[in-house]
Amino acid sequence: MSALIEILGLSKRFGRFTAVDNISFNVARGEVLGFLGPNGAGKSTTMRMLAGFVTPTSGRAKICGHDVTTDGVRARRRLGYLPEGAPTYPDMTVRDFLTFTGRIRGYSGGELTDRVAHAIRLTTLQGVRLQPIETLSKGFKRRVGLAQALLHDPDVLVLDEPTDGLDPNQKHEVRTLINQMAQHKAIIISTHILEEVDAVCTRAIVITGGRLVADATPAALAEMHPSHRLDDVFRKLTQKQAA
Amino acid sequence: MRSALIVARREFASYFATPVAVVFIVIFLALQGALTFNLGNFFDRNQADLAPFFNFLPWVLLLLVPALTMRLWAEERRQGTIELLLTLPITQWQAVLGKLLAAWAFCALALLLTFPFVITVNYLGHPDNAVIACGYLGGLLVAGCFLSLGAAISASTKNQVIAFVLAVAACFLVTVASTPLVTDFLARSTPLLATIARRVAIAERYQAMTRGVIGARDLIYFASFIFFFAFVNTVVVDHRRAD
Repeated sequence: MSALIEILGLSKRFGRFTAVDNISFNVARGEVLGFLGPNGAGKSTTMRMLAGFVTPTSGRAKICGHDVTTDGVRARRRLGYLPEGAPTYPDMTVRDFLTFTGRIRGYSGGELTDRVAHAIRLTTLQGVRLQPIETLSKGFKRRVGLAQALLHDPDVLVLDEPTDGLDPNQKHEVRTLINQMAQHKAIIISTHILEEVDAVCTRAIVITGGRLVADATPAALAEMHPSHRLDDVFRKLTQKQAA
Repeated sequence: MRSALIVARREFASYFATPVAVVFIVIFLALQGALTFNLGNFFDRNQADLAPFFNFLPWVLLLLVPALTMRLWAEERRQGTIELLLTLPITQWQAVLGKLLAAWAFCALALLLTFPFVITVNYLGHPDNAVIACGYLGGLLVAGCFLSLGAAISASTKNQVIAFVLAVAACFLVTVASTPLVTDFLARSTPLLATIARRVAIAERYQAMTRGVIGARDLIYFASFIFFFAFVNTVVVDHRRAD
């Protein structure tokens, strides 16, 4: 099966600081890739490059065969992206906001209404759909960001900390949602929560200091430490690099 | 163009989601009214025209238009929504154009609401309404110039106060560049600069329009001015996206 996400030799330097250093990996349909690493390891920068928000210093990234820098609009059409912190327009209501992103994605009329209603249902936002986003709690705001990323049923999902700020029940819902969609999409999620890797990911990548240090299934990753616990593996991989 | 209009529609609605729209329009109308009737001696002149109204218009716009443009990009940057906007499947040019169109439409609305001046002067005498229409077109073009200049400045900073102050200063410069005070000063040291200043200045071209003279060269000038700064805006957004 051909990869929906292709990343080849991707690097990003800010001045003399190298945030992402020559990273390569592919994600195929049906895979859920957990993107792990300490704060400042380059997770968000990599995802931003994939989403076309940060221009790579070198290397290439493709979504469904479209290069994100030279063919950005086509690549972004196939992508659902939840930026870090799930930014949304605070003065808009949930429904207006989703209608706006739906229109930008080319929907209109009845189809637009259906898409918005479907995204609201998926993320269980029915109760707040007419509220301005600024009045919502952190968990709801995050789900509005998620709804925006799912609205057009994209082939590729890139979610930067999708469960951050959610309560345990909401976390469970989001994970169930990801599991349901997993078969038909290529998904990357970044997270600090290692149990999430076990719960939803078919594969995990660990980066630290901008470098890729592990790329394996969660089970194979756990084998890398005598305790078989992901926490210990994570610490071993990322602290060795930092030292 | 469709995407630009969708962005414009969202932006235009956002003026009305906050008190910005009301405050702007009320202050604009109050200032124009006070200046025209009191300082401009509208009644004592005993002439059926809107010359005092149009004389003060660029100065009021100079003060108020930067208040509209300061938030255009600076706020997106502060809220992080710029990441959302630029990872939607639209080009930067469409985003820039959309924001500009929204602000311009808003200025047009504010100008439209000055219609009581036109009614007043028509009630009192027999003005040349073609000249008045021409003046309004000039006012709209001046607003467009200030908007594109201010928006480009807004794109370069996260701080709205800086965006406002710099935009007022820049708009002031392009307005007064052709006054004898500036050109005489420049002519003394470098005559070439004085010639350039006279060419790029807005005031003379606008004043010609308020007298009912529309020259093709002036229209080309206004169009190029607006497009040039919209282009600068796009370049700045492209370069400083993730900052």
